[in-house]
Amino acid sequence: MTTASLPRLLLGLDDHPISQLDEHLDVHGPLPSLRKRDRQQLIALIEDAGLRGHGGASFPAARKMRAVTSRRGPSIVVANGCEGEPASMKDGTLLREVPHLVLDGAAVAARAVGARAAIVALPDHDDRTAHALQAAVRDRQRAGIRDDPSFEVARLEPHYLAGQESALVSALGGGPGKPSFTPPRPFERGVRGRPTLVQNVETLAHVALIARHGADWFRQLGTPSDPGSTLVTVSGAVASPGVFEIEHGMWLSELLDSVGLDDRLAAVLVGGYFGTWLTASEVPRVRLASESLSAYGATLGAGVVVALGAGACPVAESTRIAEFFAAQSAGQCGPCVNGLHAVAQTVQQLAAGTADRTARSDLDRWTSQLPRRGACQHPDGAVRFIRSSLRAFEAEFRDHARRGPCERCSSPPVLPTPARRRR
Amino acid sequence: MQLRVNPISCVGHGLCAELLPEWIELDDWGYPILNGTDLPPDLLQHARRAANSCPTLALLLDSEGG
Ligand SMILES: Cc1cc2nc3c(=O)[nH]c(=O)nc-3n(C[C@H](O)[C@H](O)[C@H](O)COP(=O)(O)O)c2cc1C
Ligand code: SF4
Ligand code: SF4
Repeated sequence: MTTASLPRLLLGLDDHPISQLDEHLDVHGPLPSLRKRDRQQLIALIEDAGLRGHGGASFPAARKMRAVTSRRGPSIVVANGCEGEPASMKDGTLLREVPHLVLDGAAVAARAVGARAAIVALPDHDDRTAHALQAAVRDRQRAGIRDDPSFEVARLEPHYLAGQESALVSALGGGPGKPSFTPPRPFERGVRGRPTLVQNVETLAHVALIARHGADWFRQLGTPSDPGSTLVTVSGAVASPGVFEIEHGMWLSELLDSVGLDDRLAAVLVGGYFGTWLTASEVPRVRLASESLSAYGATLGAGVVVALGAGACPVAESTRIAEFFAAQSAGQCGPCVNGLHAVAQTVQQLAAGTADRTARSDLDRWTSQLPRRGACQHPDGAVRFIRSSLRAFEAEFRDHARRGPCERCSSPPVLPTPARRRR
Repeated sequence: MQLRVNPISCVGHGLCAELLPEWIELDDWGYPILNGTDLPPDLLQHARRAANSCPTLALLLDSEGG
């Protein structure tokens, strides 16, 4: 298995999940013994592979692991499967369909940072995924895999911020699950006060394959900056939405062709709700790798790709997301609470045609002042989306500001905005 | 040395901006916006005073920065 072919993570999945350990080992082969592997060597392997995080921020995985190993005392690994992005389904898919790949990756990461315990965190509304994962953990315990850390499955209240790393650390410690002011960052003081490696579940699944096949194998796919493959969740105006594994650097239009558009394309949201809109005229020039996306101020983020068809109203869509951002604020930081509320209200007034003349300059000021002023990056991501919307749909916003709602404003929503559950 | 605000403890009454107008302005709701670069040596003394005067100890003088 050394050819540069896809799928990698989703290998061997046709009609049923790979829930049995035996079957998993048949598909991927055994994980090389970890006890003999030197910790720094394991981290160097991840570094050579060039693996970046798949939870949104694309941070080099090896650098985070090294930061954890620089701390004293026992550490802990958290596999982040919270998947707060409403348009993302890849993490749940992995945990459900190939749970052993994620657990292998967590075991390798635990070895690399010297952790005896690994916690897999996922949203508590998802019984199916939790049960698949718990069964996989039991399966491994029965098989007596010597290299495994002690696995825990934690089911957390789902909301947009749940997977932000300091919020996650808080929730896992029995706290309110809100982001905290840093430092200390999780790698300094995380779960149970220990140095904590928080890594997205897809990142860990790639780690499991790199440990098996090596860094060169990993780099046979992808681009120099973004080696390897990635999962994407494609939705919106497409004939066959779903989770797909692609090579980094794939043309965006090729991906859209493969799932089939079912409306004339207006724009594509890439990355997630903290992401960037690419207009229909930009789409043919874009490859799904940072080298190409950065020219548009975009990143692949959590791998979300939403096609917006000509039948949807981009102003109404952006407005709903602006309101969603304001509602999802953890309510702790003045700039975030006031800023996102004011932004949402003003965008809503633009959409309704009731905004006053200062609306655009107010939005420019607020959106440029907000980044880096919250305890977490929620306002930064929110502002990025708003600025991107105002740019990509400038003409439509101007029309709405003048004439009020259009006939497409009442079309069914394309971007989902789940309500936050209150207990 | 850089100044940082802990936005969770900051209550936004803007005392810091009064004490250090060269470095801190306020947004539309009275929350501070800091110049994020290294403090020039001649402002260090004032910056320290502003940090010590913040009633919620939200204004921090950091050596590491970021
Ligand atoms: C508001 C917010 C929400 C986030 N939600 C998630 C999430 O649901 N899942 C996730 O893996 N990372 C999420 N992240 C990123 C995490 O903080 C963290 O960077 C990530 O889990 C690290 O894993 P990675 O480096 O493997 O991507 C979120 C970040 C922010 C600012
Ligand atoms: S920036 Fe916003 S979402 Fe993040 S911790 Fe502060 S109030 Fe909560
Ligand atoms: S003095 Fe302290 S609480 Fe008041 S605005 Fe400045 S940082 Fe915030």
